[in-house]
Amino acid sequence: MKKLTLISVPITVALLAYTSYLALIVAPTEQTMGDVQRIFYYHVPSGWVAGLCFFINFVASALYLWKRSPASDALAAASAEVGVVFCAVLLITGPLWARPVWGIWWTWDARLTTTLVLWLIYVSYLVLRRFAAGGQTQVLAAAFAIFGFADVPIVYMSIRWFRTQHPSPVMGGGENSGLAPAMLHVFLINLVAFTVLGILFVWLRYQLQMQEQALESAHAQLALKGVSR
Amino acid sequence: MSTLGVTGASLVKDLRMEWRSKDAINSMLFFSLLVVVIFSFAFNPTAEESRRIAGGLIWVAFLFAAVVALNQTWARELRNQVLDAYRVSPAPPNALFLAKTVGNFLFVVVLEILMAPLFVVFYELRSVGPVWQLLVVALLGTWALVVNGTFFAGLSIRTRNREIMLPLLLFPITIPALLAMVDATTSVLTGEASPDFWIKLLAVYDIVFTALCLLLFESVLNAE
Repeated sequence: MKKLTLISVPITVALLAYTSYLALIVAPTEQTMGDVQRIFYYHVPSGWVAGLCFFINFVASALYLWKRSPASDALAAASAEVGVVFCAVLLITGPLWARPVWGIWWTWDARLTTTLVLWLIYVSYLVLRRFAAGGQTQVLAAAFAIFGFADVPIVYMSIRWFRTQHPSPVMGGGENSGLAPAMLHVFLINLVAFTVLGILFVWLRYQLQMQEQALESAHAQLALKGVSR
Repeated sequence: MSTLGVTGASLVKDLRMEWRSKDAINSMLFFSLLVVVIFSFAFNPTAEESRRIAGGLIWVAFLFAAVVALNQTWARELRNQVLDAYRVSPAPPNALFLAKTVGNFLFVVVLEILMAPLFVVFYELRSVGPVWQLLVVALLGTWALVVNGTFFAGLSIRTRNREIMLPLLLFPITIPALLAMVDATTSVLTGEASPDFWIKLLAVYDIVFTALCLLLFESVLNAE
Protein backbone atom coordinates (compact mmCIF):
# COMPACT_ATOMS: atom_id res chain seq x y z
CA MET A 1 0.00 0.00 0.00
CA LYS A 2 2.64 2.43 1.12
CA LYS A 3 4.80 1.62 -1.91
CA LEU A 4 1.87 2.31 -4.23
CA THR A 5 1.37 5.73 -2.62
CA LEU A 6 5.06 6.51 -2.87
CA ILE A 7 5.09 5.69 -6.58
CA SER A 8 1.79 7.39 -7.45
CA VAL A 9 2.70 10.79 -5.96
CA PRO A 10 5.72 11.54 -8.23
CA ILE A 11 3.85 10.13 -11.25
CA THR A 12 0.93 12.49 -10.60
CA VAL A 13 3.23 15.47 -10.08
CA ALA A 14 5.06 14.71 -13.34
CA LEU A 15 1.75 14.30 -15.18
CA LEU A 16 0.51 17.63 -13.85
CA ALA A 17 3.74 19.38 -14.82
CA TYR A 18 3.43 17.98 -18.33
CA THR A 19 -0.23 18.97 -18.71
CA SER A 20 0.48 22.45 -17.34
CA TYR A 21 3.17 22.82 -20.00
CA LEU A 22 0.65 21.69 -22.62
CA ALA A 23 -2.10 23.99 -21.36
CA LEU A 24 0.01 27.10 -20.86
CA ILE A 25 2.51 26.85 -23.75
CA VAL A 26 1.66 24.22 -26.36
CA ALA A 27 -2.10 24.81 -26.72
CA PRO A 28 -2.95 27.46 -29.35
CA THR A 29 -4.15 30.85 -28.11
CA GLU A 30 -7.88 31.35 -28.52
CA GLN A 31 -8.75 34.00 -31.14
CA THR A 32 -11.31 36.19 -29.37
CA MET A 33 -10.63 35.55 -25.68
CA GLY A 34 -6.85 35.35 -25.87
CA ASP A 35 -4.75 33.75 -23.16
CA VAL A 36 -7.47 33.93 -20.51
CA GLN A 37 -9.16 31.02 -22.25
CA ARG A 38 -6.38 28.76 -20.95
CA ILE A 39 -8.06 28.76 -17.55
CA PHE A 40 -10.58 26.46 -19.18
CA TYR A 41 -8.06 23.60 -19.02
CA TYR A 42 -8.20 23.85 -15.21
CA HIS A 43 -11.78 24.99 -14.75
CA VAL A 44 -13.65 22.19 -16.48
CA PRO A 45 -11.52 19.30 -15.12
CA SER A 46 -11.96 20.72 -11.57
CA GLY A 47 -15.72 20.69 -12.07
CA TRP A 48 -15.58 17.12 -13.32
CA VAL A 49 -13.49 15.96 -10.34
CA ALA A 50 -15.80 17.78 -7.89
CA GLY A 51 -18.83 16.07 -9.44
CA LEU A 52 -17.08 12.72 -9.31
CA CYS A 53 -16.16 13.22 -5.63
CA PHE A 54 -19.73 14.15 -4.66
CA PHE A 55 -21.01 11.11 -6.49
CA ILE A 56 -18.52 8.88 -4.64
CA ASN A 57 -19.64 10.56 -1.40
CA PHE A 58 -23.26 9.68 -2.14
CA VAL A 59 -22.51 6.05 -3.01
CA ALA A 60 -20.24 5.62 0.03
CA SER A 61 -22.84 7.20 2.34
CA ALA A 62 -25.63 4.97 1.04
CA LEU A 63 -23.31 1.99 1.44
CA TYR A 64 -22.53 3.04 5.01
CA LEU A 65 -26.21 3.25 5.94
CA TRP A 66 -26.71 -0.19 4.48
CA LYS A 67 -23.64 -2.12 5.65
CA ARG A 68 -22.25 0.14 8.43
CA SER A 69 -18.66 -0.51 7.39
CA PRO A 70 -16.18 2.08 8.72
CA ALA A 71 -14.30 2.02 5.39
CA SER A 72 -17.23 3.44 3.43
CA ASP A 73 -17.63 6.21 6.01
CA ALA A 74 -13.95 7.07 5.64
CA LEU A 75 -14.37 7.14 1.86
CA ALA A 76 -17.43 9.42 2.20
CA ALA A 77 -15.53 11.85 4.42
CA ALA A 78 -12.48 11.86 2.15
CA SER A 79 -14.43 12.38 -1.07
CA ALA A 80 -16.57 15.18 0.40
CA GLU A 81 -13.49 17.11 1.50
CA VAL A 82 -11.69 16.72 -1.82
CA GLY A 83 -14.92 17.54 -3.66
CA VAL A 84 -15.34 20.80 -1.74
CA VAL A 85 -11.76 21.80 -2.59
CA PHE A 86 -12.19 21.15 -6.31
CA CYS A 87 -15.60 22.81 -6.27
CA ALA A 88 -13.94 25.87 -4.68
CA VAL A 89 -11.33 25.86 -7.47
CA LEU A 90 -14.20 25.72 -9.95
CA LEU A 91 -15.95 28.66 -8.28
CA ILE A 92 -12.76 30.73 -8.17
CA THR A 93 -11.50 30.07 -11.71
CA GLY A 94 -14.98 30.73 -13.13
CA PRO A 95 -15.19 34.44 -12.17
CA LEU A 96 -11.50 34.94 -13.06
CA TRP A 97 -12.40 33.93 -16.60
CA ALA A 98 -15.82 35.59 -16.66
CA ARG A 99 -14.60 39.06 -15.72
CA PRO A 100 -12.56 39.69 -18.95
CA VAL A 101 -14.84 37.63 -21.22
CA TRP A 102 -18.38 38.41 -19.99
CA GLY A 103 -17.45 41.71 -18.32
CA ILE A 104 -18.91 40.56 -14.98
CA TRP A 105 -17.56 38.43 -12.16
CA TRP A 106 -20.73 36.56 -11.45
CA THR A 107 -24.22 36.01 -12.80
CA TRP A 108 -27.03 34.08 -11.16
CA ASP A 109 -27.18 31.67 -14.04
CA ALA A 110 -28.38 28.09 -13.63
CA ARG A 111 -24.99 26.42 -13.75
CA LEU A 112 -23.23 28.96 -11.56
CA THR A 113 -25.95 29.04 -8.95
CA THR A 114 -26.29 25.26 -8.85
CA THR A 115 -22.55 24.93 -8.33
CA LEU A 116 -22.63 27.47 -5.52
CA VAL A 117 -25.54 25.69 -3.80
CA LEU A 118 -23.73 22.37 -4.27
CA TRP A 119 -20.67 23.85 -2.57
CA LEU A 120 -22.82 25.21 0.30
CA ILE A 121 -24.48 21.82 0.83
CA TYR A 122 -21.17 19.98 1.08
CA VAL A 123 -19.62 22.63 3.30
CA SER A 124 -22.52 22.13 5.71
CA TYR A 125 -21.87 18.38 5.42
CA LEU A 126 -18.29 18.99 6.57
CA VAL A 127 -19.50 21.28 9.37
CA LEU A 128 -21.88 18.55 10.53
CA ARG A 129 -19.04 16.02 10.56
CA ARG A 130 -16.95 18.40 12.60
CA PHE A 131 -19.59 19.11 15.24
CA ALA A 132 -21.38 15.80 15.56
CA ALA A 133 -20.40 14.05 18.77
CA GLY A 134 -18.49 10.79 18.84
CA GLY A 135 -19.94 7.65 17.35
CA GLN A 136 -23.04 9.31 15.93
CA THR A 137 -21.08 11.26 13.34
CA GLN A 138 -21.10 8.57 10.67
CA VAL A 139 -24.85 7.95 10.63
CA LEU A 140 -25.80 11.62 10.83
CA ALA A 141 -23.34 12.56 8.08
CA ALA A 142 -24.45 9.71 5.83
CA ALA A 143 -28.11 10.70 6.23
CA PHE A 144 -27.33 14.30 5.41
CA ALA A 145 -25.25 13.26 2.38
CA ILE A 146 -28.31 11.48 0.94
CA PHE A 147 -30.39 14.65 1.43
CA GLY A 148 -27.73 16.78 -0.22
CA PHE A 149 -27.41 14.57 -3.25
CA ALA A 150 -31.19 14.37 -3.71
CA ASP A 151 -31.39 18.14 -3.55
CA VAL A 152 -29.00 18.86 -6.44
CA PRO A 153 -31.30 17.96 -9.38
CA ILE A 154 -34.16 19.91 -7.75
CA VAL A 155 -31.90 22.94 -7.33
CA TYR A 156 -30.85 22.75 -10.96
CA MET A 157 -34.47 22.44 -12.16
CA SER A 158 -35.67 25.34 -10.05
CA ILE A 159 -32.86 27.69 -11.02
CA ARG A 160 -32.99 26.87 -14.71
CA TRP A 161 -36.65 27.92 -14.66
CA PHE A 162 -35.87 30.96 -12.53
CA ARG A 163 -33.22 32.30 -14.90
CA THR A 164 -34.34 31.26 -18.35
CA GLN A 165 -33.84 34.74 -19.77
CA HIS A 166 -30.11 34.56 -19.08
CA PRO A 167 -27.79 33.32 -21.83
CA SER A 168 -26.20 30.01 -21.00
CA PRO A 169 -22.46 30.23 -20.31
CA VAL A 170 -20.20 30.26 -23.35
CA MET A 171 -18.37 27.16 -22.26
CA GLY A 172 -16.16 25.32 -24.70
CA GLY A 173 -16.06 21.56 -24.87
CA GLY A 174 -19.81 21.14 -25.35
CA GLU A 175 -21.50 19.64 -28.38
CA ASN A 176 -22.01 22.85 -30.34
CA SER A 177 -18.99 24.91 -29.39
CA GLY A 178 -16.53 22.84 -31.42
CA LEU A 179 -13.13 22.84 -29.74
CA ALA A 180 -10.14 22.95 -32.12
CA PRO A 181 -8.39 19.54 -32.29
CA ALA A 182 -5.17 20.88 -30.75
CA MET A 183 -7.17 22.32 -27.82
CA LEU A 184 -9.28 19.19 -27.43
CA HIS A 185 -6.14 17.09 -27.17
CA VAL A 186 -4.71 19.30 -24.38
CA PHE A 187 -8.09 19.43 -22.66
CA LEU A 188 -8.50 15.66 -22.59
CA ILE A 189 -5.00 15.11 -21.19
CA ASN A 190 -5.73 17.73 -18.51
CA LEU A 191 -8.96 15.95 -17.71
CA VAL A 192 -7.06 12.71 -17.19
CA ALA A 193 -4.40 14.44 -15.05
CA PHE A 194 -6.99 16.11 -12.83
CA THR A 195 -8.90 12.87 -12.42
CA VAL A 196 -5.68 11.15 -11.33
CA LEU A 197 -4.95 14.02 -8.94
CA GLY A 198 -8.47 13.90 -7.48
CA ILE A 199 -8.33 10.14 -6.98
CA LEU A 200 -4.89 10.44 -5.38
CA PHE A 201 -6.16 13.09 -2.93
CA VAL A 202 -9.18 10.98 -2.03
CA TRP A 203 -6.92 7.95 -1.60
CA LEU A 204 -4.48 9.76 0.71
CA ARG A 205 -7.28 11.35 2.71
CA TYR A 206 -9.05 8.02 2.96
CA GLN A 207 -5.97 6.37 4.44
CA LEU A 208 -5.58 9.22 6.92
CA GLN A 209 -9.24 8.87 7.92
CA MET A 210 -8.82 5.13 8.44
CA GLN A 211 -5.81 5.78 10.67
CA GLU A 212 -7.79 8.33 12.66
CA GLN A 213 -10.54 5.78 13.14
CA ALA A 214 -8.05 3.16 14.27
CA LEU A 215 -6.51 5.63 16.70
CA GLU A 216 -9.91 6.55 18.12
CA SER A 217 -10.95 2.95 18.68
CA ALA A 218 -7.56 2.23 20.26
CA HIS A 219 -8.13 5.12 22.68
CA ALA A 220 -11.60 3.79 23.46
CA GLN A 221 -10.23 0.30 24.12
CA LEU A 222 -7.57 1.71 26.39
CA ALA A 223 -10.14 3.71 28.35
CA LEU A 224 -12.29 0.60 28.75
CA LYS A 225 -9.33 -1.31 30.13
CA GLY A 226 -8.67 1.50 32.56
CA VAL A 227 -12.23 1.30 33.82
CA SER A 228 -12.19 -2.46 34.29
CA ARG A 229 -8.96 -2.41 36.25
CA MET B 1 -50.45 0.29 19.42
CA SER B 2 -50.53 0.98 15.72
CA THR B 3 -48.34 3.55 13.96
CA LEU B 4 -51.29 5.90 13.65
CA GLY B 5 -52.20 5.40 17.31
CA VAL B 6 -48.68 6.30 18.45
CA THR B 7 -48.60 9.26 16.07
CA GLY B 8 -51.93 10.50 17.40
CA ALA B 9 -50.98 10.07 21.05
CA SER B 10 -47.65 11.82 20.57
CA LEU B 11 -49.21 14.62 18.57
CA VAL B 12 -51.95 15.19 21.16
CA LYS B 13 -49.28 15.34 23.88
CA ASP B 14 -47.26 17.93 21.93
CA LEU B 15 -50.32 20.01 21.17
CA ARG B 16 -51.43 19.93 24.80
CA MET B 17 -47.98 21.01 25.99
CA GLU B 18 -47.96 23.80 23.45
CA TRP B 19 -51.50 24.85 24.39
CA ARG B 20 -50.50 25.15 28.03
CA SER B 21 -47.09 26.77 27.60
CA LYS B 22 -47.49 28.53 24.20
CA ASP B 23 -43.67 28.59 24.04
CA ALA B 24 -43.25 27.90 20.33
CA ILE B 25 -46.08 30.05 19.03
CA ASN B 26 -45.24 33.05 21.19
CA SER B 27 -41.57 33.09 20.27
CA MET B 28 -42.33 32.57 16.58
CA LEU B 29 -44.99 35.28 16.57
CA PHE B 30 -42.84 37.87 18.23
CA PHE B 31 -39.85 36.93 16.09
CA SER B 32 -41.69 37.26 12.78
CA LEU B 33 -43.30 40.50 13.98
CA LEU B 34 -39.81 41.86 14.55
CA VAL B 35 -38.71 40.75 11.10
CA VAL B 36 -41.72 42.48 9.51
CA VAL B 37 -41.00 45.74 11.32
CA ILE B 38 -37.25 45.65 10.64
CA PHE B 39 -37.70 44.85 6.94
CA SER B 40 -40.18 47.68 6.65
CA PHE B 41 -37.66 50.13 8.11
CA ALA B 42 -34.80 48.69 6.06
CA PHE B 43 -36.54 48.87 2.66
CA ASN B 44 -39.31 51.42 3.24
CA PRO B 45 -41.23 50.16 0.19
CA THR B 46 -44.15 51.73 -1.68
CA ALA B 47 -47.29 49.63 -2.26
CA GLU B 48 -46.12 48.65 -5.76
CA GLU B 49 -42.60 47.72 -4.58
CA SER B 50 -43.87 45.81 -1.59
CA ARG B 51 -46.03 43.63 -3.82
CA ARG B 52 -42.83 42.63 -5.61
CA ILE B 53 -40.72 41.95 -2.54
CA ALA B 54 -43.49 40.61 -0.29
CA GLY B 55 -43.03 37.01 -1.47
CA GLY B 56 -39.42 37.00 -0.36
CA LEU B 57 -40.14 38.91 2.81
CA ILE B 58 -43.00 36.71 4.01
CA TRP B 59 -41.13 33.47 3.47
CA VAL B 60 -37.83 34.64 4.91
CA ALA B 61 -39.73 35.77 8.02
CA PHE B 62 -41.52 32.41 8.30
CA LEU B 63 -38.33 30.46 7.62
CA PHE B 64 -36.47 32.23 10.43
CA ALA B 65 -39.44 31.98 12.76
CA ALA B 66 -39.88 28.28 12.02
CA VAL B 67 -36.25 27.64 12.99
CA VAL B 68 -37.02 29.10 16.43
CA ALA B 69 -39.79 26.56 16.96
CA LEU B 70 -38.01 23.66 15.29
CA ASN B 71 -35.06 24.00 17.64
CA GLN B 72 -37.37 23.36 20.59
CA THR B 73 -38.96 20.28 18.99
CA TRP B 74 -36.56 17.68 20.27
CA ALA B 75 -34.87 19.59 23.08
CA ARG B 76 -37.93 18.92 25.25
CA GLU B 77 -37.54 15.15 24.69
CA LEU B 78 -33.95 15.18 25.91
CA ARG B 79 -34.98 16.15 29.42
CA ASN B 80 -35.46 13.09 31.65
CA GLN B 81 -34.14 10.90 28.78
CA VAL B 82 -37.54 10.73 27.09
CA LEU B 83 -35.91 10.14 23.70
CA ASP B 84 -33.90 7.20 25.05
CA ALA B 85 -37.05 5.73 26.54
CA TYR B 86 -38.70 6.09 23.18
CA ARG B 87 -35.78 4.37 21.51
CA VAL B 88 -36.05 1.25 23.65
CA SER B 89 -39.84 1.12 23.37
CA PRO B 90 -41.35 -0.96 20.55
CA ALA B 91 -43.12 2.12 19.10
CA PRO B 92 -42.26 2.75 15.42
CA PRO B 93 -39.76 5.65 15.03
CA ASN B 94 -41.60 7.10 12.05
CA ALA B 95 -44.72 7.55 14.20
CA LEU B 96 -42.75 9.89 16.45
CA PHE B 97 -41.29 11.70 13.45
CA LEU B 98 -44.71 12.17 11.85
CA ALA B 99 -46.20 13.44 15.11
CA LYS B 100 -43.43 16.00 15.51
CA THR B 101 -43.70 17.07 11.87
CA VAL B 102 -47.48 17.45 11.94
CA GLY B 103 -47.21 19.34 15.23
CA ASN B 104 -44.67 21.77 13.81
CA PHE B 105 -46.74 22.09 10.65
CA LEU B 106 -49.77 23.12 12.70
CA PHE B 107 -47.71 25.64 14.74
CA VAL B 108 -46.32 27.29 11.63
CA VAL B 109 -49.73 27.33 9.91
CA VAL B 110 -51.24 29.03 12.96
CA LEU B 111 -48.37 31.53 12.85
CA GLU B 112 -49.08 32.21 9.18
CA ILE B 113 -52.78 32.73 9.82
CA LEU B 114 -52.00 35.20 12.61
CA MET B 115 -49.29 37.01 10.66
CA ALA B 116 -51.09 37.29 7.30
CA PRO B 117 -53.30 40.25 8.35
CA LEU B 118 -50.23 42.07 9.68
CA PHE B 119 -48.42 41.70 6.35
CA VAL B 120 -51.51 43.00 4.54
CA VAL B 121 -51.74 46.02 6.86
CA PHE B 122 -48.05 46.92 7.05
CA TYR B 123 -47.24 46.41 3.37
CA GLU B 124 -50.60 47.40 1.84
CA LEU B 125 -50.76 44.06 0.07
CA ARG B 126 -53.49 43.32 -2.44
CA SER B 127 -53.32 40.19 -4.55
CA VAL B 128 -53.80 40.62 -8.29
CA GLY B 129 -53.93 36.87 -8.95
CA PRO B 130 -56.35 34.35 -7.34
CA VAL B 131 -55.92 34.09 -3.57
CA TRP B 132 -56.66 30.35 -3.33
CA GLN B 133 -53.35 29.71 -5.11
CA LEU B 134 -51.57 31.45 -2.23
CA LEU B 135 -53.24 28.97 0.09
CA VAL B 136 -51.88 26.01 -1.89
CA VAL B 137 -48.40 27.57 -1.95
CA ALA B 138 -48.54 28.22 1.80
CA LEU B 139 -49.55 24.66 2.65
CA LEU B 140 -47.01 22.97 0.35
CA GLY B 141 -44.27 25.43 1.29
CA THR B 142 -44.86 25.09 5.01
CA TRP B 143 -44.71 21.32 4.75
CA ALA B 144 -41.43 21.60 2.82
CA LEU B 145 -39.91 23.77 5.57
CA VAL B 146 -41.23 21.70 8.42
CA VAL B 147 -40.56 18.17 7.22
CA ASN B 148 -36.87 18.82 6.57
CA GLY B 149 -36.67 21.15 9.55
CA THR B 150 -37.96 18.50 11.95
CA PHE B 151 -35.55 15.94 10.53
CA PHE B 152 -32.53 18.24 10.69
CA ALA B 153 -33.51 19.39 14.18
CA GLY B 154 -33.29 15.70 15.09
CA LEU B 155 -29.80 15.62 13.55
CA SER B 156 -28.62 18.81 15.17
CA ILE B 157 -29.58 17.95 18.76
CA ARG B 158 -26.91 15.27 18.49
CA THR B 159 -24.21 17.82 17.73
CA ARG B 160 -22.17 20.02 20.03
CA ASN B 161 -23.60 23.37 18.93
CA ARG B 162 -27.26 22.39 18.66
CA GLU B 163 -29.03 25.64 18.01
CA ILE B 164 -26.63 26.97 15.36
CA MET B 165 -26.42 23.66 13.56
CA LEU B 166 -30.07 23.56 12.44
CA PRO B 167 -30.02 26.58 10.09
CA LEU B 168 -26.60 25.53 8.77
CA LEU B 169 -28.06 22.21 7.65
CA LEU B 170 -31.56 23.36 6.76
CA PHE B 171 -30.92 26.47 4.68
CA PRO B 172 -28.74 25.00 1.88
CA ILE B 173 -31.13 22.09 1.37
CA THR B 174 -34.16 24.42 1.49
CA ILE B 175 -32.92 26.80 -1.22
CA PRO B 176 -34.99 25.30 -4.08
CA ALA B 177 -38.13 25.15 -1.92
CA LEU B 178 -37.61 28.72 -0.75
CA LEU B 179 -37.10 29.86 -4.34
CA ALA B 180 -40.32 28.09 -5.35
CA MET B 181 -42.34 29.59 -2.46
CA VAL B 182 -41.04 33.08 -3.09
CA ASP B 183 -41.56 33.00 -6.83
CA ALA B 184 -44.99 31.39 -6.62
CA THR B 185 -46.12 33.99 -4.07
CA THR B 186 -44.73 36.86 -6.12
CA SER B 187 -46.36 35.48 -9.28
CA VAL B 188 -49.77 35.38 -7.58
CA LEU B 189 -49.44 38.76 -5.86
CA THR B 190 -48.35 40.60 -9.00
CA GLY B 191 -50.51 38.47 -11.32
CA GLU B 192 -47.76 38.66 -13.92
CA ALA B 193 -46.96 34.97 -14.29
CA SER B 194 -48.48 31.60 -13.58
CA PRO B 195 -47.26 29.90 -10.38
CA ASP B 196 -48.05 26.42 -11.79
CA PHE B 197 -44.44 25.36 -12.31
CA TRP B 198 -43.47 26.43 -8.80
CA ILE B 199 -46.43 24.64 -7.21
CA LYS B 200 -45.46 21.46 -9.05
CA LEU B 201 -41.85 21.86 -7.97
CA LEU B 202 -42.94 22.30 -4.35
CA ALA B 203 -45.08 19.17 -4.62
CA VAL B 204 -42.11 17.18 -6.00
CA TYR B 205 -39.86 18.59 -3.27
CA ASP B 206 -42.39 17.63 -0.59
CA ILE B 207 -42.76 14.09 -1.89
CA VAL B 208 -39.02 13.46 -2.35
CA PHE B 209 -38.00 14.78 1.05
CA THR B 210 -40.91 13.34 3.01
CA ALA B 211 -39.96 9.94 1.58
CA LEU B 212 -36.28 10.46 2.45
CA CYS B 213 -37.11 11.57 6.00
CA LEU B 214 -39.30 8.53 6.62
CA LEU B 215 -36.63 6.28 5.11
CA LEU B 216 -33.75 7.64 7.19
CA PHE B 217 -35.32 8.73 10.48
CA GLU B 218 -34.96 5.35 12.14
CA SER B 219 -31.19 5.32 11.46
CA VAL B 220 -30.82 8.82 12.86
CA LEU B 221 -32.90 8.13 15.96
CA ASN B 222 -30.88 5.01 16.74
CA ALA B 223 -27.48 6.52 15.91
CA GLU B 224 -25.02 5.71 18.65
